[in-house]
Amino acid sequence: MAARQGRLGSQVDIPSFFIQILNSIQYGLLLFLCASGLTLVFGIMGVINLAHGSLYMIGAYLAFSLSEHLGSLWLALPVGVVLAVVFGAVLEWLLIERLYKREHLHQVLLTYGLILVFEELRSVIWGDDVHGVSMPPLLAASIALTDTLSYPVYRLWMSGVCLVLALLMAWVLLRTRLGMIIRAGSVNSEMVQSLGINIGVIHRIVFAAGVGLAAFAGMLAAPVSSVFPGMGNQVLIICFVVVVIGGIGSLKGALVGAILIGVVDTFGKVLTLEIAGVKILPELAGMSIYLLMAVILIWRPEGIFGKVRS
Amino acid sequence: MNAQLSGMERPGRSGLAPAASAALLVILVVAMAVLPLTPLGADKFTIQLLTRIMIMAILAMSLDLAMGVCGLVSFGHAAFFGLAGYVLALVAPQGEAAGFWTSIAMAMAATAVLALVMGALVLRTTGVYFIMVTLALAQMLYFLFHDTKLAGGSDGIYIYVRPDATLFGFRPFDLDNVQHLYYVVLVALSLSYLLLRRVLSSLFGKVMSGIRINESRMQSLGYATFRYKLVCFMLSGTFAGLAGYFAAVQFGVVNPDMLGWHLSGSAMMMVILGGMGTLWGAVIGAAAMILAEMGFQALPAVTINGSEFNLGKHWQLWMGSFIVLVALYLPQGLGGALSALWRALFARKAAPRP
Repeated sequence: MAARQGRLGSQVDIPSFFIQILNSIQYGLLLFLCASGLTLVFGIMGVINLAHGSLYMIGAYLAFSLSEHLGSLWLALPVGVVLAVVFGAVLEWLLIERLYKREHLHQVLLTYGLILVFEELRSVIWGDDVHGVSMPPLLAASIALTDTLSYPVYRLWMSGVCLVLALLMAWVLLRTRLGMIIRAGSVNSEMVQSLGINIGVIHRIVFAAGVGLAAFAGMLAAPVSSVFPGMGNQVLIICFVVVVIGGIGSLKGALVGAILIGVVDTFGKVLTLEIAGVKILPELAGMSIYLLMAVILIWRPEGIFGKVRS
Repeated sequence: MNAQLSGMERPGRSGLAPAASAALLVILVVAMAVLPLTPLGADKFTIQLLTRIMIMAILAMSLDLAMGVCGLVSFGHAAFFGLAGYVLALVAPQGEAAGFWTSIAMAMAATAVLALVMGALVLRTTGVYFIMVTLALAQMLYFLFHDTKLAGGSDGIYIYVRPDATLFGFRPFDLDNVQHLYYVVLVALSLSYLLLRRVLSSLFGKVMSGIRINESRMQSLGYATFRYKLVCFMLSGTFAGLAGYFAAVQFGVVNPDMLGWHLSGSAMMMVILGGMGTLWGAVIGAAAMILAEMGFQALPAVTINGSEFNLGKHWQLWMGSFIVLVALYLPQGLGGALSALWRALFARKAAPRP
């Protein structure tokens, strides 16, 4: 990255470099959680769900309301996930199911409409204010790294939960009968159906699980990022970048893409880069992830782990 | 070109008879031209609203050329729209008017170059990847203008004086005049439509439709499809730039939102809503989208169970539901529904019931 005539510098010493690495991984894992639902729904049902970010937002607002009413995030998390999964199943039954055989453009149109509906319902129910969600006291502490630097336990816990979920997802998809049916269904749903499996139910389970994952990611992020209008759209675009970088439909790709984005985004904001007197970083940090995506797609037009179609 | 091949019947191609649609168009343009002279047009707000609709119609039409005709679903057309606006803002001397003819030529040339470069990169990808790469490149441009001090940062630039249309000492129109601007945009829209319609009926247009329907078959017929797609993308981007130029003239300000994905998204919605591949469907879509937005915003506040609920303030709820219903029940958009209605009326006249 350091061009000969340029100067790549930073105020980063070893401990804070370590902190930034932890931040990158934590952000990447959270993105993975959100993007995995998107990539599964696309890979298995062929549906582009633009409203996925809104479901992340709904999750965050659920965490806010539920933790106030139930008194703790520990109770809010399971209740919220159950609500989100039920909501996802209803959504699939009412609307998404009708899109499987349609063109991508109709899916884009309908789910764009849903973004507006969800965003406005959020405004009706919760208003347009920014809210904070308090961390459970157990996780509110920090671990001291040096005399002056420390790292919040909550972020470590978040990374751990994301990692466990990633492994769980991989296990379900690769090692269980349900996962086998899901994978078979993504290749040839008619064939699976003719073997006596109700593919409609499988689709509903996958979509509901995707909604659950997005909402859960929103709930996990709520204490760190706070809860605010428009948070879903921000995440949606980045999740799409993750999915496309990794290869659409690939869970492994989503993980690699998410970590890459996490690293590039985090370090783009803390490094400084100056070429021939022109400041490049952090001024252009906002462009970095899109630049990464453009470069990767020019190198591999189907994404890193995408299947190359003949 | 077999309609079945595309998997979706394109309205308009099999819809109205050419003579009938041409007559309808002439009537519409004449009505638009006469409108400012009637009492309805005396209202400045109406004229400005119609100007805005026509500007967005040019944008939607340009996107339709890429998306509906050639199958290039671009999620980054705001890049061209916004860049053209920024070109106007940057070439205008501080506090003085830019030359209309030079600045519009420069804006369109800049967008053509951007579309050529962007097209050369994005056309390597297809399908959902194409959608996402166009989005990514447009977002890069957005952040370039948003995060740097290149052109006013996130606040954008005000254009205090509108461009001056003086040509060889003669000033044909004054863009500060709302009605003049209306007529200039009406002419721009009509000319764009005619030009693009001409392109569609040419061999080039047929090749583009062929690419949308089955690219490998076009390749095996000996067409260098990449070049056709690139020219189509460039043409499309240039017209989006034309729209962006007029938008900057009308609003007197450019800001990064003109480059943002929200605008690309709503342009896409206009095209899909109106019906793709017909050009006039995009115009209907643009008008429907803007008018629906205004209609929903004008809804009153109601009282339900003693608590007041402002229907108009939450217009996005109705707008979103409207879009969902269109996606579910009018898969060919409003334009498709209109031509189906037209056909139904004609069929009834042709075969009277006993």
